[in-house]
Amino acid sequence: MIDEGLIKKYLWSTDHKIIAMQYLFTGMLMALIGGFTVYVFRMQLAFPGQPVPLFGRVSAATYNSLVTMHGTIMIFWVAMPVLLAAFGNFLIPLMLGCDDMVFPKVNRLSYQVFLLSAIVLVASFFVPHGAFGGAWTAYPPLSARSTYNLTPYGSTLWVIAVALEFAAFLLGGVNFVTTAMNSRAPGMTMFDVPLVVWMIVIASVLFMASVGPLLAGAVMLLLDQTLGTGFYDPATGGDPVLWQHLFWFFGHPEVYVVLLPAMGIVAEVIAVFSRKKIFGYKTIVYTAVATGVISFFVWAHHQFIAGIDPRMASLFTVTTLIISVPIAEMVFLYIATLYGGSITLTTPMLWALSFIAEFMIGGVTGIFLGAAGSDIYLHDTYFVLAHFHYTFFPIAIIGTFTGVTFWFPKMFGRMMSERLGKIHFWGTIIAFNFIFIPLFITGAAGDQRRVYNHLGFPDLATPWRQDLRIVATMALVTMLAFQPIFIFNFIRSMFKGALAGANPWRANTLEWLAPSPPPHGNFAELPVVYRGPYEYSAEDREEDFWPQHIPGGMPTPAETAVHGQWQA
Amino acid sequence: MMSWHPTQASTYAADIDNLILLVGVVVGIFFLAAEVIFFGFIFKFRARPGVKAQYVTGEKASEKKWISYPHYLVLLFDVIIVVAALRVWYEVKIDFPPAEDRVRIIGQQWAWTFVYPGPDGQFDTADDIRTVDELNLQVNRLYRYELHAKDVVHSFSVPVFRLKQDAVPGRTIVGWFKPTVTGEFDIQCTQICGIGHGLMAARVRIRSAAEQAAWISTTRDAERVARRGTE
Repeated sequence: MIDEGLIKKYLWSTDHKIIAMQYLFTGMLMALIGGFTVYVFRMQLAFPGQPVPLFGRVSAATYNSLVTMHGTIMIFWVAMPVLLAAFGNFLIPLMLGCDDMVFPKVNRLSYQVFLLSAIVLVASFFVPHGAFGGAWTAYPPLSARSTYNLTPYGSTLWVIAVALEFAAFLLGGVNFVTTAMNSRAPGMTMFDVPLVVWMIVIASVLFMASVGPLLAGAVMLLLDQTLGTGFYDPATGGDPVLWQHLFWFFGHPEVYVVLLPAMGIVAEVIAVFSRKKIFGYKTIVYTAVATGVISFFVWAHHQFIAGIDPRMASLFTVTTLIISVPIAEMVFLYIATLYGGSITLTTPMLWALSFIAEFMIGGVTGIFLGAAGSDIYLHDTYFVLAHFHYTFFPIAIIGTFTGVTFWFPKMFGRMMSERLGKIHFWGTIIAFNFIFIPLFITGAAGDQRRVYNHLGFPDLATPWRQDLRIVATMALVTMLAFQPIFIFNFIRSMFKGALAGANPWRANTLEWLAPSPPPHGNFAELPVVYRGPYEYSAEDREEDFWPQHIPGGMPTPAETAVHGQWQA
Repeated sequence: MMSWHPTQASTYAADIDNLILLVGVVVGIFFLAAEVIFFGFIFKFRARPGVKAQYVTGEKASEKKWISYPHYLVLLFDVIIVVAALRVWYEVKIDFPPAEDRVRIIGQQWAWTFVYPGPDGQFDTADDIRTVDELNLQVNRLYRYELHAKDVVHSFSVPVFRLKQDAVPGRTIVGWFKPTVTGEFDIQCTQICGIGHGLMAARVRIRSAAEQAAWISTTRDAERVARRGTE
């Protein structure tokens, strides 16, 4: 056997678990950059014009770049790689009971393209005139002409990085969907697949179906920037609003692309720590599909006041409010799952429950914005910002912490410290609410977004508004200060945590059958599946869990078909 | 929430605020109920030694009703909100009442220019009045605005009017407002438009009819003097 060098093992691997770790660590590193940018610009908003410790004075141009990069990084280089790519890669083969992805080399290429995209994006901080500062939505003509945005290199690198990132996730998505369709363990029907895998697959389909138009849009933007074409320039027959349609046709499904994997992670965790079967498993799958389909018909609610025909708002208000139905239903089903449970508040469970509690705030505040009449006032205020941070923070940050603390024993074979985990949880979650509740108020009071100093607006320069901005910034600094606890816990537990064993949480799904950490190839012997993933606390069973791979009980018709008649 | 809102200074400001209040009440009831039940469950069904969790699939009709009734309620509330939201939307953005005056608003990096048609009521004639970063209006007069952008997308926002509308290069977007109180208030640009976005502050000055007439005559005199100077 050829000895695998370190580079070959960790950087050139086709093993889905190594690729998952590559995505996870790259995503978490990018989160540090995203976290630093928000620290700098929130300090500027709380103490305008004062030098920011560890950074210095913030100019208007720098402020715009930091805001733009924060949004771009957190969505495309943190939420996507961690929730979709890291958990998708790690969990899909393990939970389906197979040895790897269907296309391992495509998988490796996907990460390499992603890494390249991250390098291009980070490089844009260091080019002459600095990083792009036209917001993560990059509306032309501002983004299309350097005479408007004054960042000739930064804006081009931004488009290239985003386009590369999309290509990386297209490659990953092909793999996820194909693997889920073709590589399920014998006996595993589609309705024996754990919810998190369902969610990642649905999210991949949404991503692949929505990103095409934007990828085309990005190429047109690149041509406008570099060759002087006029796709978005009205003077040469183009239209700036075209980009907005292409962007949001992707941008709104994108919300669900990252939401669904996070909801899937939460579902796994609440089932295990309430020792309950998921309430209405199939209904959750159907509502996720319904949400995905409807998400293609809501995009223009981002454009109510963007100069589109005002009559279009009627249609998009209706679709936007309709999408509240399946999402509300999913949340109800999660809450119903807790009923009659035996709930243990471990660190992963605390994160999963906080996801539900906080996401509900994000959900209900969206109604104010989906209703066209009230959006006229609230659009592009801090109310919008607070709203989507109550959705994206639960998704990208709480979802990640839920998944990492839950599957850490499987990833590294050791347990994380519960004590440090809980300190980190409470510090993060309390501070989080103190950041964004004040910003709902300043937004309702008229603070508009992406302004580097509100004191330039006499009506906004009142002391109580400024006090709220300072509270939000102080809470942010507090929240960031709690994160080293997580990093310390993570690294220390990798080497010194208590040994986990294969199934420390006494869970049902197949990844807990493999050794911790699973070797290349995952399972000593590929498992056979006998039942659904959530048979917890089944009546007339001693144990309160019933792993999918253990024979017993009445076979389902599907099992009979696979295992033959000998069982019946 | 209402007390955080700025002054209501247009005919439709109160309608928008009332819509926000209606949505707040409707979703607030839902939100509180869901959170109470959620935390109640976490407390009530905490793990106890020797007590096993119940086996509930959520697939029986008797169990499903606990989800479908709230679900119907969500649909009902959605219908109420859609109707209320679109009534307000129709009033502000679609159904324009007859105008008594006109103003042209031009966004550019990084200033707002306001053009008033002057006594002849026509734009692009010699008696037009132009002001920069200051919109001069007469109280209780219904204005039709036409919004332009010279370079990039801007967004014309007057929080006291509860009005916001993007200005898009290549398009002329029309709308209306009717100021109801006198005073001086902020105008914002709410769409990022480059490094000066945060400096694109303007003011709206709303005056009584007499004060407005006085402002027009002094401004026109000043413009005439300025024009003669350049000839």
